[in-house]
Amino acid sequence: MAHFEKSNGIVDWLDQRLAIKKFMQVMMTQYWIPKKINFLWAMGVILLTMFAILFITGLLLVMYYKPDVALAFDSVNKTIMQEVEYGWLWRHMHGVAASVVFLVMYIHLLTGIYYGSYKKGREIIWISGMVLFVLFSAEAFSGYMLPWGQMSYWAAMVITNLFGGIPFIGPELVEWIRGDYAVGDATLNRFFMLHVCLLPIVVIAFVAIHFYALRFPHVNNEIAEEIDFDLEAEKYLAGKKKEAKVISFWPDFLCKDIFYVCLFMIFYFYLVCFHYDFAMDPINFEPANALKTPPHIYPEWYFLWSYEILRGFSYEVGLACFGIAQVIFFVLPFLDRSNVVAPAHKRGAFFVWFWLLVIDMIVLTIYGKLPPVGINNTIATIASVTFLALLIVVLPVITLMERKAK
Amino acid sequence: MASRRSFMGFTLGAAAAVGGVFTLVGMKKTWDPLPSVKAAGFTTVDLSPLADGELRTVEWRKKPIFILKKSSDMEQSNTDIIAGDARYTVVIGLCTHLGCIPAYHSADKEFVCACHGGKFNVSGKNMSGPPPKPLEIPPFSIDGTKLVLGEIGKEYEEIMKNVGKA
Ligand code: FES
Repeated sequence: MAHFEKSNGIVDWLDQRLAIKKFMQVMMTQYWIPKKINFLWAMGVILLTMFAILFITGLLLVMYYKPDVALAFDSVNKTIMQEVEYGWLWRHMHGVAASVVFLVMYIHLLTGIYYGSYKKGREIIWISGMVLFVLFSAEAFSGYMLPWGQMSYWAAMVITNLFGGIPFIGPELVEWIRGDYAVGDATLNRFFMLHVCLLPIVVIAFVAIHFYALRFPHVNNEIAEEIDFDLEAEKYLAGKKKEAKVISFWPDFLCKDIFYVCLFMIFYFYLVCFHYDFAMDPINFEPANALKTPPHIYPEWYFLWSYEILRGFSYEVGLACFGIAQVIFFVLPFLDRSNVVAPAHKRGAFFVWFWLLVIDMIVLTIYGKLPPVGINNTIATIASVTFLALLIVVLPVITLMERKAK
Repeated sequence: MASRRSFMGFTLGAAAAVGGVFTLVGMKKTWDPLPSVKAAGFTTVDLSPLADGELRTVEWRKKPIFILKKSSDMEQSNTDIIAGDARYTVVIGLCTHLGCIPAYHSADKEFVCACHGGKFNVSGKNMSGPPPKPLEIPPFSIDGTKLVLGEIGKEYEEIMKNVGKA
């Protein structure tokens, strides 16, 4: 058996058993962050905060929620909203957080693209981040179903129907996923299981992988400078804090992050208190009805762009393009053929490409919400083709040219 | 020694693989629809009270079923169901695009899906918009003027032969 000394206090006692001092060094005090980074790098910590809020409010909600088609609607709209003390607050916090978490995620994602943080050495960070995005999408969707309102029901109907487009096994697969001939009790319960158990566990695992992956190539910076972290850390530890290009995550860096988290919280609670309804579709306050479709079905704002790509083409082609749009960002590190790591404004054509992509996604989002009639359909098709072309054709070409120019 | 070790490893791997396959089969079956769900899959509808040109919606396996008694001025189709001396359109009322319920516009004699603007004619054939195929025909059998949904009768098999040739 290993040798244990008589400890001189609780910290030492724990340190001998769990090596907490070493752990703190790796996670906090000797985890090095470049100095030259701006507020866009605070999104990670904001996301972590949002996730914690979602988790805690979710625990409170699940104590009263009933996953049963006969009870679900009332358990949310009556019990939680009117009877449970502060139930309305937890619900609105949960709903708003679920929505703004996507806003922050999109900013986080676009920051990564703008500064080239997905490139050489950081591919795993990027890919694990994209996995998290997909997991969050599944989490958001399965949660959206639970109140069992009209939009919940029909969203579930449409999304499960998408699997029917898979060749050969489609129709059987749809029935199997639903556990019934149509979306029903079995479907609600399995989505409940996904939302409160399986997906959160997987999300937490991937958050851990995402953070772990960050420890090796380290975080990128505003000017995409390649930093020798060991060297700079030495300077920092030797007391030349001014000279060193890095600072420690804790306590130096986190104060700045916490400041941005506070700013964000003002925005978040403003929404929770005054505009909680922006995350709640009015149609969803009508109980689910299997025999009546709402006149116009659309997803929450954060899925509109990919929904619009689905609608932009005829059925099979739309389904295929939708599938591609879901996974295309995963392979971004491999579509970008240039090995220049630099912010977009130093890369000319890439800069133009970046903003075209952003504008195109905004157009897709706006038109995704509009009913698919007349000119809207044409715009949908053009914007969808543009989106795919930008990623599959234009990006590799631009970056190939960049490589040649060097 | 080494071969004994590898033999143990091999046995362990094989046992795990067999166990894994059985587990997967069990899990797949857990997700299948329950027997009670499957048993409730039959619905009988009496067609005689329908008036010419009238649309009736009934529920079968939680899906809406459109039953339209065709009036003489409506297009005849080889997918029509003939019971007694009348022709009916019997289709699952879910758009073949993404599963919304189309509404019947009796003036224009068409089913219009509001979701993405799909249109079907009185026989359930897709005319325009994104729906890739006609409205589906549920399995049925005919017993006098009664329609039994969920049971495969010879009339159904007859019609399914026509589908695609239409
Ligand atoms: S679901 Fe009917 S047109 Fe799309």
